[in-house]
Amino acid sequence: MEYILIIISAVFVNNIVLNQFLGVCPFLGVSNRISTAVGMSAAVVFVMTLATLITYLIQTYILNPLQIGFMQTVTFILVIAALVQMVEIILKKISPALYQALGIFLPLITTNCAVLGVAIIVVTKEFTFGGTAAMLTLPQALVYAASMALGFGLALTIFAGLREHMDLVGVPKPFRGVPIALITAGILALAFMGFSGIV
Amino acid sequence: MARESNFRNMFLCLLIICLGGSAVMGSVYLITYEPIAAAQAAKVNQAIARVLPEFDNVPALEAYQVLVDGRQVTVYPAQKDGVFAGAAIEAVTTRGFGGPIKVMVGFRPDGTIHNTAVISHTETPGLGDKMDPRKSDFSLQFQGKNPGTFRLAVKKDGGQVDAITAATISSRAFCDVLDLAYRAFIQTDQKEGGKQ
Amino acid sequence: MSRLRIITKGIISGNPIFVLVLGMCPTLGTTTSAVNGLGMGLATTFVLMLSNLVISLIAGLIPSKVRIPSFIVVIAVFVTVVQLIMQAYVPALYETLGLFIPLIVVNCIVLGRAEAFASKNKPLDSFLDGLGSGIGFTLGLTLLGAVRELLGSGAFFGWKMLPGDGMLVFILAPGAFIALGYLMVLFNKFLKA
Repeated sequence: MEYILIIISAVFVNNIVLNQFLGVCPFLGVSNRISTAVGMSAAVVFVMTLATLITYLIQTYILNPLQIGFMQTVTFILVIAALVQMVEIILKKISPALYQALGIFLPLITTNCAVLGVAIIVVTKEFTFGGTAAMLTLPQALVYAASMALGFGLALTIFAGLREHMDLVGVPKPFRGVPIALITAGILALAFMGFSGIV
Repeated sequence: MARESNFRNMFLCLLIICLGGSAVMGSVYLITYEPIAAAQAAKVNQAIARVLPEFDNVPALEAYQVLVDGRQVTVYPAQKDGVFAGAAIEAVTTRGFGGPIKVMVGFRPDGTIHNTAVISHTETPGLGDKMDPRKSDFSLQFQGKNPGTFRLAVKKDGGQVDAITAATISSRAFCDVLDLAYRAFIQTDQKEGGKQ
Repeated sequence: MSRLRIITKGIISGNPIFVLVLGMCPTLGTTTSAVNGLGMGLATTFVLMLSNLVISLIAGLIPSKVRIPSFIVVIAVFVTVVQLIMQAYVPALYETLGLFIPLIVVNCIVLGRAEAFASKNKPLDSFLDGLGSGIGFTLGLTLLGAVRELLGSGAFFGWKMLPGDGMLVFILAPGAFIALGYLMVLFNKFLKA
C-alpha cells in the first residue's frame, strides 16, 4: 500500500517536470518525436534509479558518519557523471541505433538536474508516507526514484505526442519553437494539477 | 592549448583539482560553521519569542522532547521571575496537503493559546500557506482560545474553527498539530506545576 | 571584441533564458516572486564569474580527456561555497530556494559558458563573460518573477499593488510555463531582429 502511494505521488501528484520543475531542459529539447522521447525516458529511468542507489549509500555510510554533508553536491555530481559515462559506453555497444537517436542528449543527462535533484531530495527530504515524517528507507528510495523517472517519461512522451501534432499546425511566427512549447507545457501542467490532493 | 592525455597526467590533474577543491570547501565550511549554527538557533528563538508571552529565561536551553501517542514533540518551557510562564511547543503533522507541516505553538500557563508560528510547510502558495500569520488572519482566531473548551476542528467537521477558503485539508492539518501541541502541553504543565 | 561588448552580449543577444533557452529549471522553479528570482540570479552569477575565472586560469594545464570532469568539480566547489554562505547569512532565502541552490551545478549555462568561452579565453574576459551572462540570467529571472508575482498575488517586490488575491495559477506550476512562454513571445517580437 505504502509503495502504491509512493508511486502515485511521484508519477502523478508531484510530477517531476510539471510540478517540481526538474529536467525541463531535456523535456523541451528531446520532445520532438515520440520515439526519441521513449528512448530518453528509458535512459533516465535507468540512470536515475542507479544514481539514487549509489548516492543513498554514499550519504548513509560515508557523508553522514563523517559529518561532511557539505560535500554532498560535489560527490553526487561526480558519481552521476561517471555513471552516465558508463551507460553511454554500454549503450554504444549494445544498441547503436538507440545511441544514434539520443545523440548528444545522453551526455546531457549529466546536466539533467532531475537526476541530481532526485538524488538530493531522496536523502534530505522528510516524507509522510505511512503516518510519520521520516527519511526514506533504501527500498522506498529506489521505488521513489524509479517512479520519479517514470513520471518524467510520462510527461515527456505525452508532450512529444502533442508536439508532433503541433508541427502540422500553422503557428504565428513569434510563438514558433520554444514559446508555444512552454505554453503547451503550462496547459499540460494544469491538467496534472487535477491529481493534487489524491494521496 | 589542452595537453595530451595520458593516464598519469589525467590522474594527477583530477587529484590536484579535487584536493584543492576540498581545501576550499573545508575552509569555507569552518568559517561558516558558527554563523550557520547561529542562524538556525536564531530561527528557533525568534519563533519562540513570537509565540510566547513575556519570559526572561532562554527556553531553547531547557528544551526537551516528549512523546504523545508515539509522535515526538519538542517543548520549550518559559519562565518569568522564576515562575512557569507557559511553553512553546514545536510539533509536526503529516496530514498536510503538500507534506509535513512544522508549527510552533505558544501556550500560557492556563493552557490557552497565546500565538502560533509556522516553521516549515509545503502547502500550496496562496491557499494552504495562509496558515502562516504573515499571510492571512486565519491563525489569529486561535489566540486566547483554550483547546480544553474550544473544539479544535473545522466547522465542516463539527468544530469551531473557520477553515481557510478552498484549503480545508490544510486547515484540518493545522487543527491536528495544535491539538497535538495542546496534549503535549498538558503533560508538561503537570510536570512544571509539580516543580513549584 | 571589446570588454564592454563581452558583458552586454550576455544580456540581450545571447540572453541565457530568452535566446539560448538554458537553465530552464531554476527559471521556472524559483520565480514565484521577484525577490526569489533576483536571489537565485545573483547566486548563479557568483558561481558563473568565479568558475569562469578559475577555469580560464587552469584550462591550459588540463589534459583534454578530463576537461569536463575537472570543470564540473570546479563548478561544484563554488556552488558549495555559495550554499554555505547563503545558509549562514541569508537563511530565509536559502530555505525558499532550497533544492535549486545545489542544482546550480547542473545549470547548463554554467558548464556551457565554461566550455564555450572560459576554456578558450583570457581570465579577465572570462570573468566578464560570466558577469554578463549572469546579469542576463538575473534580469530574466527577476522579470519573470515580477510578472508572476504581479499577476499571481498582485504585488511587486513584496509591495501590494493590486487589490485582491490575484490569479493564483501564476504562482503555481502551470503559470510558470505560461508566463515564460508569453514573455518569450514578446522578446521574439520586439527585441530579436
